[in-house]
Amino acid sequence: MEKFTVVNGLVAPLDRANVDTDQIIPKQYLASIKRTGFAEGLFGDWRKKDPNFVLNQPRFKDATILLSRRNFGCGSSREHAPWALVDWGFRCVIAPSYADIFFTNSFNNGLLPVILTESEVDRLFHECNAFPGFRLVVDLEQQTVSTTNQSLSMHFDIDPFRKYCLVNGLDEIGLTLRHADKIRAFEARRKTQLPWYF
Amino acid sequence: MPQTLYDKLWDSHVVHIEDDGTALLYIDRHLVHEVTSAQAYEGLRVAGRKPWRVDSVVATADHNTPTTNWDEGLGGVKDSFARLQIETLDSNMKEFGAKVYFPYLDKRQGIVHVIGPEQGATLPGMTVVCGDSHTSTHGAFACLAHGIGTSEVEHVLATQCLVTKKMKNMRVNVEGPLGRGVTAKDVVLAIIGKIGTAGGTGSAIEFAGSTIRSLSMEGRMTVCNMAIEAGARAGMIGVDDSTIEYLRGRRFAPQGREWDQAVVYWRTLKSDPDAKFDREVTLDARDIKPHVTWGTSPEMVVAVDDTVPDPDKEKDSLRREGMERALQYMGLHPRTPITNIRIDKVFIGSCTNSRIEDLRAAASVVKGKRVASNVKLAMVVPGSGMVKEQAEKEGLDRVFREAGFEWREPGCSMCLGMNPDRLDAGERCASTSNRNFEGRQGVGGRTHLVSPAMAAAAAIAGHFVDIRRWS
Repeated sequence: MEKFTVVNGLVAPLDRANVDTDQIIPKQYLASIKRTGFAEGLFGDWRKKDPNFVLNQPRFKDATILLSRRNFGCGSSREHAPWALVDWGFRCVIAPSYADIFFTNSFNNGLLPVILTESEVDRLFHECNAFPGFRLVVDLEQQTVSTTNQSLSMHFDIDPFRKYCLVNGLDEIGLTLRHADKIRAFEARRKTQLPWYF
Repeated sequence: MPQTLYDKLWDSHVVHIEDDGTALLYIDRHLVHEVTSAQAYEGLRVAGRKPWRVDSVVATADHNTPTTNWDEGLGGVKDSFARLQIETLDSNMKEFGAKVYFPYLDKRQGIVHVIGPEQGATLPGMTVVCGDSHTSTHGAFACLAHGIGTSEVEHVLATQCLVTKKMKNMRVNVEGPLGRGVTAKDVVLAIIGKIGTAGGTGSAIEFAGSTIRSLSMEGRMTVCNMAIEAGARAGMIGVDDSTIEYLRGRRFAPQGREWDQAVVYWRTLKSDPDAKFDREVTLDARDIKPHVTWGTSPEMVVAVDDTVPDPDKEKDSLRREGMERALQYMGLHPRTPITNIRIDKVFIGSCTNSRIEDLRAAASVVKGKRVASNVKLAMVVPGSGMVKEQAEKEGLDRVFREAGFEWREPGCSMCLGMNPDRLDAGERCASTSNRNFEGRQGVGGRTHLVSPAMAAAAAIAGHFVDIRRWS
């Protein structure tokens, strides 16, 4: 997994609440047995239908930070959603809240889902709409989102374990297998006490 | 200290916990299907890893499988990508193995959330995961069951554990008798209408109260299935006699002395009387009417005797814009009576409503009647080969066919339209599935979520009708 330290990137504003994973990548783009090649499907239906959709606008072509509203990534558990965002070039999403499964899937793919308050997100939408080429600096170690001239800086919270994995680009399976003895011991105990689960 | 059902399930599966609360949670049952597993098995292969415990895996192909042309074998799968996914699952099962695999065309194949309980592969007290958000369904059996992403599928395959943190405890109580024509589907739609699609985010929801206890296991599965539509990864219901009786004699349920021991343990799987919840919500079942969604999110739902809401009356600007966009997508005008909405297609199926009880309810509505002329397609997709066989034994297939319905082979089908069963742009569907998102059932398709009886009645009338007045 690619390490995440600091991302200084162009911001694409997607001003909608409850963006579900069926929109992030519609089902007709799921037909693959690989983890890559999903950029084409990112917001596939919306991009096809609406020429003015944010990702159709040349000025947001190189965006690496996606700004959106509450409950981002709700619905289907498809990991193709973060795969498609990452394939497109996004490294970070900023929103006031996320659906649980999408949130976890993002961390597992080096995509940082930053949570800011509704009013902070609102402010960023205003700034983004007011200033063409609006960029933000997302610093994971410092846990801050700032404008490039530092005129605005916001702190965000993050789970220490998730942060540790992302900053170091660690493979979670490898980390878990350090506890292999504990897993085996747990399993053996469970098999003795509750054999019908085996 | 008194514990909730979720506390008990959590505590009994923690292998290791860090100071910050990040835990390794042991997984008993891993359900696998063709669309979200290929990349996980490939990951194992690349890293040279083996599955930790093969006999925890129960697998089937359901998401993209056609519901027609089964006599043509694999050649009946015309979509080459879908065929590749099915063949890849076949070969992964051969290479890595499973406790049991129900491949495409097997008579026990079906929707993974239907066959798990049906085979007794879902048992109370288990942790159950699957690369599918509707895994919450299995919580009806007092399991801690939730959807995971493909990286987590690989993680569970390799380690038998999930890295996770404890969620909050939320309880939704539904009390009182249900009115005539009001079903489990209406109960859960009413819950989502009340708490919203993010109402359960970060929580495990326990469904409780006399109404929930009065539901069959099929009805309870319908309720837990849609916990995710209220934002909760996991929904669950405590064990009672209905749970035990459903499982007795099922293929993978324990037998004999082991069964007796299991039942003693399972009876403890409910919240203690004084258990504390972070949040409680209560609904009176007598207030719940048959429900119909009008928009592009399951929380956009009203009672059948209501009208399409008016965005101008919504104060929250973000919500108002969402409503306006939904109405435009759905081709609906504010204040239109729900029963005036005409439909083009009807889909009875999905992991929400494709079990035998659902098919019986729908069949009883359409018996001796004909699908309306404006309805282009009305289809019934049983949840599994076993459900299909049972329905045919009861003659339900004839009832549906004689009324003008198509009787299909099992699978996820038009719930998500990964197979050829889809809506065309602009088509409006009465659907017993779980998501009315834009494009969910086909690009430009318009989905209204309803109960099986309501979908059946809409097929006959050609528009939504209040099932309470159906004769």
